[in-house]
Amino acid sequence: MLEHLIPVLAGTLGAATPLIFAGLGELVAERTGVINLGVEGMMLIGAIAGFAAAADSGGGALAGLPAGAVAGMLAALVFAVLSLSMAANQAACGLALTIFGVGLSAFIGQHYVSFSLPGLQPLDIPGLVDIPVLGRILFHQDPVTYLGLITFAVVWWVLRKTRLGLVLKAVGEAPDAAHAIGYPVIAIRYGATLFGGAMAGIAGAYLSTVYTPLWVQNMVAGRGWIAIALVVFATWNPTRLLLGAWLFGGVTILQFHAQGLGIALPVQFLAALPYLATVVVLVLISRDKRLLQLNLPASLGKPWMP
Amino acid sequence: MPLLEPRPTPSARMRLLSPLIAIGLTLAVGSLLFLALGKNPVEAFTVFFVQPLSSGNGWSELMVKAGPLILIAQGLAIGFRARIYNIGAEGQLIVGALAGGGVAIALDGVDAWWVLPLMVVAGAIGGALWGAVPALLKTRFNAEETLTTLMLTYIASFTLSYMVNGPWRDPEGMNFPQSIMFGDPALFSPWFEGMRVNASILIAAVASIAFWIFTSRSFLAYQLTVGGLAPAAARYAGFSAQRTVWVSLVLSGLTAGLAGVGEVAGPVGQLNLNISPGYGFAAIIVAYLGRLNAVGIVLAGLLMALLYLGGEAAQVALQLPAAITGLFQGMLLFFLLGTDVFVDYRLKPRPKPAYA
Repeated sequence: MLEHLIPVLAGTLGAATPLIFAGLGELVAERTGVINLGVEGMMLIGAIAGFAAAADSGGGALAGLPAGAVAGMLAALVFAVLSLSMAANQAACGLALTIFGVGLSAFIGQHYVSFSLPGLQPLDIPGLVDIPVLGRILFHQDPVTYLGLITFAVVWWVLRKTRLGLVLKAVGEAPDAAHAIGYPVIAIRYGATLFGGAMAGIAGAYLSTVYTPLWVQNMVAGRGWIAIALVVFATWNPTRLLLGAWLFGGVTILQFHAQGLGIALPVQFLAALPYLATVVVLVLISRDKRLLQLNLPASLGKPWMP
Repeated sequence: MPLLEPRPTPSARMRLLSPLIAIGLTLAVGSLLFLALGKNPVEAFTVFFVQPLSSGNGWSELMVKAGPLILIAQGLAIGFRARIYNIGAEGQLIVGALAGGGVAIALDGVDAWWVLPLMVVAGAIGGALWGAVPALLKTRFNAEETLTTLMLTYIASFTLSYMVNGPWRDPEGMNFPQSIMFGDPALFSPWFEGMRVNASILIAAVASIAFWIFTSRSFLAYQLTVGGLAPAAARYAGFSAQRTVWVSLVLSGLTAGLAGVGEVAGPVGQLNLNISPGYGFAAIIVAYLGRLNAVGIVLAGLLMALLYLGGEAAQVALQLPAAITGLFQGMLLFFLLGTDVFVDYRLKPRPKPAYA
């Protein structure tokens, strides 16, 4: 049993990485009051930009991840101009971004369907990797997975311990008050939205250049939407987001190890599990209206103009 | 400094002009895109928008594609007016197709007039039930319908994949993921020899008229709209928010289910993995482009159908990837949201004096 369980648990961390990046980005944006439903689109744009950069430059994932971040940020900029500067409906703008991202990535991706990339070798953390069982699970991962955990720590620290974090949260809770004491509300929301775009772009580029290093149309496969659901599930708390991402990483990876674990279910059922689980956790968390009301950034989704 | 200021009252003229400006902007950016790809824009637009309509078959195909788009968008518009965002019409379409297709498979060999009507009813019920799930989750557990409808779409498509790979796979289909071809009693028969247009577009036509009457005449539709625009006022007037959710999601599920059965009993003729080229998502754009108005949606649906046909023609004539249709769809929605801002806002004429 254990020899089957180690690859499952180790794989869980990798499968959780795109959810951690995209989820943290969306979480920061939502803390400032911006709900961007375009995560799926930004991830797809990041995925194809990252793949194109990695394939064309020959630089692999090292070229792909920054390209994905920039592309995701540009996509978020379109959303920000419409929904922040022009006060258009955020839900509709995010949806438009997703539809646009699906189209754009498929269009550019036509040139790259038969390519494949080398991917990234796992990076062993010296010393720690030799710990029995745990070492192979935690310290034998690709470098981006470690980067995701570092990003989590930084976001946690900024939101919890710094003045910047306080300002971000103030803008989300009470934009009028933040404006009155002189904070540039729109500029701060721009910053958080672009950060969200960059994170989603990295998440997409990770999928296309590291996780499964080839381009497949619509390869993000709903992970952007799951990331949005995770932010709700996490009640806008980064630590809970990390736990949620691991949970979903585990559910996602299950289908590849079902046979080894002795699970005899149709592949389609296992493939549908992450989406089913998303519905279930949304129901579990949302049924407690008070819990949501307490944690929901008060201005979430509401257009604001000075 | 903000460049926009609110208009005293929303501009009715801008509401009608906005989709036209958005279409114009999409064509302008599209021309630049064609130039960048080394194609002559005039020739490209001829291929896209004129060539598909230069034959009888082209008009038939336009109807075949516009039917499901209009049908789904009419249902979605009811919910969008009430700010209920059902973005999972694609899943409701699939479940409608599964329900209708299941009837066809179960009754294979039965030669009776009632097979097709039964399929249509099954498809409508299937779609409505798939729409009722997020309604239940929203009213009972407060779960966001945007996320649940979309997740249910993935679940529906895996269910379809399971059925056509497993229980309903055609035993003589060389292991392709598809069901048997339906027999004539389970198909809408084409109106013209060699063309695919059939009576299923009448469903879209009847639905359009019904929704036009519903939205312009009924008190329930008024309640739904008020519930979306001013929830507090709606509560005060005693309109039920829960009923708004149920009506919106069940109705839009029902129309999407009808569209699904129209596909499998029409142009597709069986269950397979390609029963919809994203109609459920494109219908969102159709609903907005048509101003959530029954007549507007018919026009927008025809335009969107033409965009699908143009994409197919461009693939053959210009060697452009079919994905260009999706790119145009996304651009169109973006521009529409941008120009819609000017319904409620206008550019500031000049900087105001500072009242310091």
